[in-house]
Amino acid sequence: MGSLASDDRLSRVFAALADPTRRDIVARLTGGDATVSQLGASYDVSLQAVSKHLKVLEEAGMVSRSREAQRRPVHLEAEVFDLMTKWIERYRQQAEERFQRLDSVLAAMDDSKEPDRNLDEGAAS
Amino acid sequence: MSTTTKHETTINVPEGLPMVEIIREFDAPPEKVYRAHVDADLAMSWMGPRDITSRVDHWDARTGGSWRYVSGRGDEEYAFFGSFHELRPAERIVQTFTYEGFADGVSLEIMTFEPIEGGRTRMRAVSVVESVEGRDAFVASGMETGVVQGYEKLDELLPTL
Repeated sequence: MGSLASDDRLSRVFAALADPTRRDIVARLTGGDATVSQLGASYDVSLQAVSKHLKVLEEAGMVSRSREAQRRPVHLEAEVFDLMTKWIERYRQQAEERFQRLDSVLAAMDDSKEPDRNLDEGAAS
Repeated sequence: MSTTTKHETTINVPEGLPMVEIIREFDAPPEKVYRAHVDADLAMSWMGPRDITSRVDHWDARTGGSWRYVSGRGDEEYAFFGSFHELRPAERIVQTFTYEGFADGVSLEIMTFEPIEGGRTRMRAVSVVESVEGRDAFVASGMETGVVQGYEKLDELLPTL
């Protein structure tokens, strides 16, 4: 299921988000670009540690750093939001499809009020 | 059965919490919606992916009981199991859910059926997993099957409603 490329991409994103500091960095960047030192000021870790986290996020394609400016602000890729929004929307569609089947089942059910009948019969078929 | 009522599935994926909340309304009273969840034959007719046939391995629908079913497509088989933690007729189902292909993953599912006007039901289903990453993986796995199934089945179903 799913293409290898997208599976790989997804697992990278999951791995990147597995760390609470990285999740926090992503959350912070939703408010706008920030430099490594600005990000570092918020956490009780060294700048090197922040850089390591950013490298993981960068490799997952979640953030980018501009090459021109010396301060190299970190920028959150808008695609990251798209990815999560897409996951949620597809999940919603899948649930909706399942519930439409349930709609059909409910419409076809008789009105006998025996909700407990099958509780005793188990997997009767 | 009303044809004007909206049945859109609402899904909430709260940031930082390992849970997914789904809200959906049905044109049937809570007794029926509940029964469609606990009756093995009825459950199998809608729960599994559409292009896959699901058969019950065992289904002991009572508080403290358990269930397992196997879905197959071609040579591929996917098995799911869990416990019925609590079954409260027409009101509430609490159960666990594990996909055997991902044996360490388990979700706790809490479904409540609220009667609403017109003999209808508002169902709220909350799935809680171990971690936020696990939750995200759960949502993303939904995407994969969503892609496989495609929209045509949805279109196919709509006229029958």
